[in-house]
Amino acid sequence: MSGAVPMSWALLLALVLFALGLIGLLVRRNLVFILMSIEVMLNAAGLAFVAAGARWGEPDGQVMFLFILAVAAAEVAIGLALVLQMWRRFGDVDADLTGRRDGG
Amino acid sequence: MLIAFAVAATVAVAATALMVSSRHPVHALLDLILSLLAVAVIFYLLGAPLAAALEVIVYAGAIMVLFLFVVMLLDLGRVAEEAQAALEPRALRVPVLLAAVLIAEVMSLLVQAPSGAGGRQVGAAAVGGALFGPYLIAVELAALLLLAGLVAAVHVGRREDAGDTRGSGS
Repeated sequence: MSGAVPMSWALLLALVLFALGLIGLLVRRNLVFILMSIEVMLNAAGLAFVAAGARWGEPDGQVMFLFILAVAAAEVAIGLALVLQMWRRFGDVDADLTGRRDGG
Repeated sequence: MLIAFAVAATVAVAATALMVSSRHPVHALLDLILSLLAVAVIFYLLGAPLAAALEVIVYAGAIMVLFLFVVMLLDLGRVAEEAQAALEPRALRVPVLLAAVLIAEVMSLLVQAPSGAGGRQVGAAAVGGALFGPYLIAVELAALLLLAGLVAAVHVGRREDAGDTRGSGS
């Protein structure tokens, strides 16, 4: 019990997690992996909010985290529906396929 | 406390890196769940127990199960052959090690301070008060957003009628 965690550490962790998610988003072509990377990035944003809220002992950070949670849930539902639809049409979930539909 | 934060942060970063570099979707999902659990421990250390609980219940529980459903649906053909390779002990060694570290850390935290990690805690009552006080309109908007997400997911994910493979979009 050696005092509270400094906010800069938590923000640094949020930055690293966000960067990792961004790398995954840019590098991977599988849409399921892209959605998972977006989850990591949203989670890192939530971590930054909670860290900032904890720094001043206010509940607002956690409130914002709850809203990020709701946004992530809605985003995942629609994203996974799109992935399912793409799987039915193309038989694959490669992000590069979306530009070539019907020879377009 | 700082050591606990460093350990949880290391687990989170390592699990996320494993997720990004993983080839098998189910492995990636398990690594992602591990990363989310590590972030939940960090929320607890930051004095946000409600956020930690919701991270476990909603993120690692509900959203990741949704992912798992879709991965299982998509991999229907390949799952039978790959299931054997995916469950090989060798492939799971690093994630299991990270999970063991996380469990040991939570256990030690609970032994040291059963009533919550030090620092100022912002409990569920304060968050609920803010949520249904100044943020009430945002809560209503979140409800609308979830409803819109539900409708859109049902609409986008519907099965095409036989013979209408182009999808008229309506």
